[in-house]
Amino acid sequence: MKYLNEYRDSGVVKAYLQELHQCVTQPWTIMEICGGQTHSLVKSGILEMLPDKINMVHGPGCPVCVTPLHMIDKAIYLAKEKGVTLFSFGDMIRVPGSEKSLITAKAEGADIRIVYSPLEAVSYAKSNPDKEVVFFAVGFETTAPANALSVIQANKISIPNYSILASHVLVPPAMEVILGDEDNRIQAFLAAGHVCTVMGTLEYFPIADTYQTPIVITGFEPVDLVQGILLAVKQMEEGRCEVENQYKRVVTCEGNHEAKKIIEEVFEIVDREWRGIGIIPQSGYGIKEAYAGYDADKKYDVNIEKVNEPEECIAGEILTGRKKPFECPMFGNVCTPENPLGAPMVSSEGACAAYYHFKSDTEMTNA
Amino acid sequence: MQLNCPMPEVDFNVITLGHGSGGLLTNRLLDKSVFSLFKNEMLDPRHDGAIFNLKGRTAFTTDSFVISPIFFPGGNIGELAVNGTVNDLAMCGASAQYMSLSLIIEEGMRMDELWEVLVGVKSAADKAGIVIVTGDTKVVDKGKGDIIFINTTGIGELHPHADIDAQRMHDGDVIIVSGEIATHGISIMSVREGLEFETDIESDTRPLNHLVQKLLDEVAEDVVLLRDPTRGGVATVLNEIARQSGFGVMLEEKQLPIDERVDSACEMLGLDPLYVANEGIFMAIVRSTSAGKALEIIKGATEGEQAAIIGSFTSDHPGKVILKSRIGGRRMVNMLPGEQLPRIC
Repeated sequence: MKYLNEYRDSGVVKAYLQELHQCVTQPWTIMEICGGQTHSLVKSGILEMLPDKINMVHGPGCPVCVTPLHMIDKAIYLAKEKGVTLFSFGDMIRVPGSEKSLITAKAEGADIRIVYSPLEAVSYAKSNPDKEVVFFAVGFETTAPANALSVIQANKISIPNYSILASHVLVPPAMEVILGDEDNRIQAFLAAGHVCTVMGTLEYFPIADTYQTPIVITGFEPVDLVQGILLAVKQMEEGRCEVENQYKRVVTCEGNHEAKKIIEEVFEIVDREWRGIGIIPQSGYGIKEAYAGYDADKKYDVNIEKVNEPEECIAGEILTGRKKPFECPMFGNVCTPENPLGAPMVSSEGACAAYYHFKSDTEMTNA
Repeated sequence: MQLNCPMPEVDFNVITLGHGSGGLLTNRLLDKSVFSLFKNEMLDPRHDGAIFNLKGRTAFTTDSFVISPIFFPGGNIGELAVNGTVNDLAMCGASAQYMSLSLIIEEGMRMDELWEVLVGVKSAADKAGIVIVTGDTKVVDKGKGDIIFINTTGIGELHPHADIDAQRMHDGDVIIVSGEIATHGISIMSVREGLEFETDIESDTRPLNHLVQKLLDEVAEDVVLLRDPTRGGVATVLNEIARQSGFGVMLEEKQLPIDERVDSACEMLGLDPLYVANEGIFMAIVRSTSAGKALEIIKGATEGEQAAIIGSFTSDHPGKVILKSRIGGRRMVNMLPGEQLPRIC
């Protein structure tokens, strides 16, 4: 595959690894933000190929993992009690709510469907005017344009039976929470390439400056990741704290103008709750008043009791890089993909799922 | 579709509950469709069951087909229902001989669609050389099915030298996959409601019995195990074998044959092709000394042109499947808890 095979070349990976082994002189802790990067690191076996001095910790960039339990409960309530047809991205449906997941609610008779694009849900709403249709709009800046576009589209062709249950979050505020923590041990970030494809790189400069932390915008293939790590290590070894763009083939400084315009049209920045982490001020998107008719939260006046996370789940510590999955006493015994305590164990971008699926018992005890 | 079978003239366009009542309507439907299409001396007496002789060791298998949509690029549920059972027999080392066909039809199914499915059954059965000797037809209320469900049960004689048994596994036995992986699953995904994407990928559903017989004719003693990696894909089946045999598996990522379009679709949807369902391929576990010859035999057949050696069994990590990645790293390949789901971004 063009643009993929080149970035899976074992020769190039080996050359970068060799350079990395040569330039690292002291221990460094680097966080990759995105769950897609975590999975790629584990899946291709890179973690075991890195110099021992480099400690990769896994960040909060798993959209499914940070969607609050309360929002999942709301989505289930809408599908079960309000009789709406609920559309969702695939990897959201196994994530546990306070009592059940969407997939269990579906088995109990709720009309819950998986789509790849929210525009499919708009199209369904158009063809079925007698049904109330809700799209569970979760994700980071990456999915925000498509979700916003679905609202614009529904508004343009007058589809009153469509709305979205929005739980959008933003990467930079989460990075600041991690860096601002008094126990922070993260010394450099690999920022999420796809988020930057939409938003550009500019918002990362003040973070690198304020917290004196290198930030390397990084892609998802093995060559991208190893090169991203090398760039971050070189910065730290040389005492630099800059924003560098490893993912230049996709990411520009300004990002995607059209996508940003669409986001601005529909969304405004609001305080958002992150699962396992809590409320982070100005860290998410809410639907603007002009589009309030498409806000499922307001449209159906969902008022259900808020239930706390199970205490034994340390998802918050996992998502902020304070602990690794195998450091959780529940990992792999009480908490498994079949019976997850928290979202990181079931999401295709969750760190616990990555470790559970791809790492052997011996590797985990040695990791 | 291989056959050119014009739909018989009938005075109804859709299947109703009456067509499953066992009365006049049922007889009219079956006369015009099943009995005329599958005509053979064992079916023709319309007895409650078929009567035949068997000699030697025999394999017996059953499978139910509930695929949605029932028509997909490269085939339909009818072809799948025959090939699935024929291939299950082949994986036992048996050649397909006789088969039952049970239809559970949802009220309201269009007659032309039912006919197309039945023609698919006939076409696949002819290709495989299996004879439909008994069957059943039921009609369920609208909403209690999904257009049509099919159950097939097959029976066939074992190849005289076949000894398919995971307990015969040795350290170093080689895994051959007979064709490109994940093709069928991705072709279905491309037409599944809500996930449609434009592609010309077609299902590779086909009978594998002729190729398997050829392989057994040549190297039967060195064929330890045969499996078709249908649901759960190559990864799930290898995990099952690893657990069953007490040996581990070492897979080579770069050796996995995959169509570039299928690979791209997997990338886009966030699916691991190792877990995507297959229909038209099988895995043969053979002694390393015969691996070259076995690969040559498989590659010599049209349905095996893309065959490759993808790994081997080892006593190093019993019960575990480990993959050597393209870049030289290693990772576990575990069983999934459920169906693979497309990721968010």
